Formats: sequence, structure tokens, C-alpha cells
Amino acid sequence: MQYRVLAELKKCLPPDAMITDEERARVYECDGLSGYRQLPACVLLPETVEQVQAILRICYREKIPVVARGAGTGLSGGALPVQDGVVLGLARFNRILDINPLQRSARVQSGVVNISISEAASCHGLYYAPDPSSQIACTIGGNVAENAGGVHCLKYGLTVHNILALKMVTAEGDVLEIGSEALDTAGYDLSALLTGSEGMLGIIVEVTVKLLPKPPFSRVLLASFAEIEAAGRGVADIIANGIVPAGLEMMDKAAIGAVEAYMHVGYPVHAAAILLCEIDGVEEEVKDVMAQVAQILRSAGADEVRIAKDASESERFWAGRKAAFPAVGRLAPDYYCMDGTIPRKHIASVLNRITTLSGEYGLGVVNVFHAGDGNLHPLILYDVSVPGEFGKAEEFGGRILEVCVEAGGTITGEHGVGVEKINQMCIQFTAGELTQFHAVKTAFDARGILNPGKAVPTLRRCAEFGAIHVRSGRLPFADIERF
Amino acid sequence: MIQTGGDRLSDRKLDAILNEFRGLIEEANATGVPLVIRGGNTKSFYGRKVNGTPLDVGPYTGIVSYEPTELVITARAGTPLREIEQTLAAQGQMLAFEPPHFGEGATLGGVVACGLSGPRRPYAGAVRDFVLGVRCLNGLGALLNFGGQVMKNVAGYDLSRLMTGAQGTLGVILEVSLKVLPMPEFEKTLRTEVDPSNAIRLMNEWAGQPLPLSAACHDGDYLYIRLSGKKSAVISSIQKLDLENCSNGTEFWEALREQHLAFFDDPAPLWRLSLPSTCNTEDLSGSRLIDWGGAQHWLKTAERADVIWETAKRLGGSATLVRGGDQNGMIFQPLTDGLFALHRRVKQAFDPNAVLNPGRMYPEL
Repeated sequence: MQYRVLAELKKCLPPDAMITDEERARVYECDGLSGYRQLPACVLLPETVEQVQAILRICYREKIPVVARGAGTGLSGGALPVQDGVVLGLARFNRILDINPLQRSARVQSGVVNISISEAASCHGLYYAPDPSSQIACTIGGNVAENAGGVHCLKYGLTVHNILALKMVTAEGDVLEIGSEALDTAGYDLSALLTGSEGMLGIIVEVTVKLLPKPPFSRVLLASFAEIEAAGRGVADIIANGIVPAGLEMMDKAAIGAVEAYMHVGYPVHAAAILLCEIDGVEEEVKDVMAQVAQILRSAGADEVRIAKDASESERFWAGRKAAFPAVGRLAPDYYCMDGTIPRKHIASVLNRITTLSGEYGLGVVNVFHAGDGNLHPLILYDVSVPGEFGKAEEFGGRILEVCVEAGGTITGEHGVGVEKINQMCIQFTAGELTQFHAVKTAFDARGILNPGKAVPTLRRCAEFGAIHVRSGRLPFADIERF
Repeated sequence: MIQTGGDRLSDRKLDAILNEFRGLIEEANATGVPLVIRGGNTKSFYGRKVNGTPLDVGPYTGIVSYEPTELVITARAGTPLREIEQTLAAQGQMLAFEPPHFGEGATLGGVVACGLSGPRRPYAGAVRDFVLGVRCLNGLGALLNFGGQVMKNVAGYDLSRLMTGAQGTLGVILEVSLKVLPMPEFEKTLRTEVDPSNAIRLMNEWAGQPLPLSAACHDGDYLYIRLSGKKSAVISSIQKLDLENCSNGTEFWEALREQHLAFFDDPAPLWRLSLPSTCNTEDLSGSRLIDWGGAQHWLKTAERADVIWETAKRLGGSATLVRGGDQNGMIFQPLTDGLFALHRRVKQAFDPNAVLNPGRMYPEL
């Protein structure tokens, strides 16, 4: 980047808000997908909307790529810097501006950490529902960029269902207010379009979220199955009986074994699969529904159904699920986490396909996932120090995503496309659809400066792909729960 | 999979209809005479008037797939809303956003294009919250699929939700996949006599508590609420609230949704103000009915449009002239210059020659 431009950028920021030295810039060279790294020309950490505007005006004029970044916990390389580009870090946009308990909304800056919204609303008996597993670190702006989900989105929805308004700085540096604190606004539903747009359409600086009353009571049930088909049937039967659980998770035999070896939470190690089902609501209702779910799962073929006796047993049931990723990290030097979503009815058949592929590639695979909404997270085990194994794991991952698309699903349920799944976008979408995406991008960012090369592949180059690369069981942000 | 009754269209017939639509779009691009997209023609009162060649989506009809255990239904845009609701009800499921029909012939495509939701909206979500995927033709006649049939999907921009409520100005919706939900096991409507400002306060206070609310409105005299869910949860909430039982709840909410209550039977222009749920609209003259737990005010008034738009803006919301206005004038809340410029570029991205319902929402869009 030209010295002239760097100097101009520096002039519109406070003294300590620009990083150009390599040592400090290293922190920003990757996000949670640490297999991909790139040093940016500089990292900018503005504190005000006016500073963000000034940065974008300069970058737009000079056609300099701008990659927005929250906490950098994303799992698809969405915040991977671009060579000679700017990383626009929003960590200093960390203020909760307003909580309106009667209206049940909170207006926060985009760098506010997800869980701190719920913490701030807690004294009013309210919380912010979407709970991605990285919620102790990830920011609300990043959640909007990725349309983050979580364990409870089957009942409470994704980020898109839980936000009311956005303040956005456009590629050209103008401020736009999208949505409002009302339930809908005039014109196109741009807040839906911006949610999940992976920083390609604008820089989100402020978010107004919906708050919900905290459920007064919840319980977890654990059911074990001798066959994966029966567990899949159990999932379908719960839904067919008119029950929408707060969470419904499945783990296969390999995952159960890994967790038991790591945590000793008392999971049934001989089971082919277990289901964890959380029900929340008023106490009478939870108890009724729990009994009904237990009956449904027994009829579906569960060998054993345990209903947590109290809150601490509920927590213990969850603890194993929440520790699954680090537990799997002990099984092999490296693993890849995939993120396909499929119709629930295909859970058993897709898992069987994955097992077959695992044999073909000679790589182990562990399944632990959000069964309630059909969102799979197969973890492919490999060792990067074995020549050729990394490439095999990538190829295996790609085949899994193709199986998901064939089953009527999608290549990404909640992690985003980023740089990771850009290749599979060509499988899921036609040239006409990709062309439409590019036209929308141009409507927002005619010069293509915002996060170039991510999310939507060019028609010519549907190349480059990967997945979460975990080296030697060391997760990036190892202290964050992942599930 | 649930097979549905009625005449199922053959693939050949469907292709023929699609080709006809594409031909119309091609012709419109060539001649510059725009298309007026129509389903059951039950919501033509809503929005600005468009002149042009009709494109009738009605014949493109039929439920494509419905699997209750997936909580997803996929149907063509011309499918009657009633058929969809009956098919779902037979399996104990429903469209949780409670769409208004506004007439016998209402179609799925019209519901999605107009983006209208009923009394359950603040508690269950709007049409856009349940749209999972859309198949459509853009303004150049390209056949495109966005989203899908799964609950979680972040591949590509969310263009299916963008199309929802865009009133056909971005594409001809051909097929929609919607998330559906189980019908509640038990429902009860309660009411109490209270003035509007106290009603607004109560509706907001209750929504902040773990009550199974599914509707709340004030008709000028009474505050009505509906509780839905497991019987045990509803009963325990009734005991907490101590309100008067309302025996004709089902009819009341349906009449509200369809605008058949006495309030709506008035020739004065009908405005809809979508506002933060704690706002009061007392400054505006006329009679009002407050729905959506305080977030939607229906106003029968002779006030000037610019006064209403100004008030709605000041309160942090927007206003729409729903019925009884001049359909050649402005209907929807004016947008700021920056937002309107962006809207025009978005429209251009889908329909560069402005052949799809141009002007239905705003002039030049």
C-alpha cells in the first residue's frame, strides 16, 4: 500500500488505532479457520462511526480491499485478510448503547460480545436468544455477518430472526439505517439481505436486537440407541408429535467414546448414537413434554432414556456434548469440521454415506451435531504430518458437502462460505444464480472493495477450498466452547 | 410424504406455463410494456397501481412436497392459501405467521410477495421468518433458486427473504418453501376493559414474562390476548393473569386478521402504522385498533398523508396507506434519499429494464 494512503488513513484515526508492524499484525492474519493465513497491509481499529466512514471513503477512492473483523472466531475464513488490503477491526465498538426492558430490545455497537448482551439484560429477566458456541468471544456484528445459529435455534431462530435494526456504513462511506425498532419497515427487507452477507455488502456498526423473557424452567433428556436409524427416527417422531425442543443434538459412537474417555460424564459407550433433548418453558409444561418425549423415543427404539433429575444433572448431560470438539482433538493430530445441513429424514442415510466415504479415504470421522435442524458437523480425523493426508481430508470434506447437496441440503448451515466452501458454492448454485449474487454485490459495492474473494465465487474460478484446520488438537481460541 | 388432492399438473404442462411466463418477460423487455403480476387478485388494493400486461401466476399451482416431520412445505406460487392451510391442518400443523387471506382466491405467491402477517406475528414471526427458499424468474427471465428446504442455510445471499414483501418488483415468485409449525395443543382468549395507553403498557409487560402469548390487541374498548401452547402451560398462565374469559376467541382473531371487525367497516382511509411496541399514536385524530402487542396500529383517519408519515417517522416506525387511498399517489412511507438510491440499485440488479410490477411500491422502483 502506498505510503501516501497509509498516512492519510493514519490521520483520520486516534494515535494507537493503526497496526502496520508485522509482529502485531500477525494476530489478524487468520480467523478461526487457521489453515488460511494472510498478512494485511494494515489493521485499523476505529472507535467512532465517523472514523469508519473516513476509512471507507479513502479505501473506496483508492480501491483498497477492506475486510471487516469482529472477534475473529469465524470458522470459514470470512475475516481472512486480503493481501495489500485493510483489516477493519470493530473490537472497539464495544458499548451497549441502550436496553429497553419494556419494549424488549437492546441497541448495541457491533463489536459487543454476544453473551454480554444477555448478561446486561439478565436483571430484567430477558436475554438474547441466539447462542453460537463461541458466544463468550464472538461479536454481534460477526453474528450478523454470518447469520450465526447455535444449539437453541430450532426453537428460537437464527440471528436473522432476532434482530430489528442495523446501522451500516456503505462501501462509499455513507451511513444507512436499515430496519427499525418496529417489527417491519417500508421498502425491501434489507436487514434480511445483510444478515449472513459475510461483510460483502456493508460494515455493520450498530445492531438492535430483540430480547426474550428467560424461560423459567428447562430439563435435558439423554436417550441411547443401538442403531443410528432408530436415533434418526426418534428425531423425526419428536417433531411429528408437535414438539419443538429448545435443543436436539446427536452424537455417534465415535463421539460418545471420545467424550467418555475425556470427560467421564456417564454416556453409554456401547450405543451407536445418543440424542440429547432439551425442553424449556413453564415447569408443568416441561414435565409433561419430557414424559411425552421419553415415550416417543422408547417407541422409536431407544434402549435407555434418562431424564435429568435436576438442573445439575441437565448440565452434566450437556457437558459431554459441549466438550465433544476438544475430546475429538485427542483422537488424531488434526481434524476438519464440516457444516452441511440436510433434511432430517436423511440423517441416517447421510451418516452411512459418510461412514462409507471414511472407509474409501482411510480417514476416521466423528459426528456430533444439531440433529433437530439437520445441521451436521462431521469431524474428519487426519494427520497433517503424513504426506498427502491433508489433501485427502479436504477432498473427503468436499465429498461430504456434495452428499449434503444431493440429499436436498446445503453446504453450510451456520459457519458461512468464507474462503472455505467457495468451491462447493459452484455445486449448490447455477451460473445464473451466482450472476444474480454478483449483481446484488455490485448494487452495494460497485468497486468490489468489501471482503473481495469471499462467499460468492467468480464464474471462472470456482477453486480453493478447505475446512477448519485444527493442528495437534489445538483449537484457535481453545478456551471457547465449540458444539 | 403427504400427497394432496386436486388435479396435479403434469411436468409438460408446468414447463408450458413457465415458457409462457418467460415469453411474457422477454416481450416486456423488448417492448418496454411492463408486466403486472397477479395471483388470486385478492390484494390488488394493496400498493400502487401498475399498468401493463397481466402475468397470471394462478395456473402455476400445486403442493410440490410436504413432509410433516421436516416441518417444511414447498408449493407453487399459484397454490390457494386455503389448500395449503387445510393440508397442514390435516397433519396438525400450520403457517405460524397467520397470513390474512383478504378473499377466497388468495394464493401462496401473493402472501409471500405482499409479506403480510396476522395477529401471531410478534410472538411467532413474520412471513419472511418462515421463508426457507424461493424459486423465481428475475426481470431477464432467468430461472433462479435461492435458499432451500432446510432450516439452516447460509450459502449465498438471502435473496428468498429479500423477495418476501418486495411485491413482485424483484422477481416472479414461482415456488416457495416455508417452515411450518405444530398447531398449539390448546388455546384460550381472554379480555379486559382498559384504555389504550394502559393496554399498550400491559401488552408489553406481559410479553416480557414467560407467558405463552400468541396474540394481543386493543380494539378501542377491550384488551384481548390469546394464549397458546401445552394445556398445562396455558392453564397456569390463565390463573396468573386473572382476566375475563372470551368465548368466541377463534372467530375474533380471524375477523381481526381478515379485517372483518366492525372497526374496519368504515369508508375513511385505513392506515397501518408499524411502530416500536410501546408507542402511542394519540396525536393523530381518528379511530384506532392496536394489534401486534402494541407494534401495529390500524388507524381510520382523514389526516393528511404527510402528517401521518411524519408522525410515524418521529415515533421510529413507518406508515402505509392500506385501503381507501389514491393508488396513483404515494402509499408507503417515503424512504430517505440514501436508502431509496440503494433500493433502485437493488431493483436494477434483478430487473434492469423495470418490467416486473414497476412502481407498485414506489415510483421508479
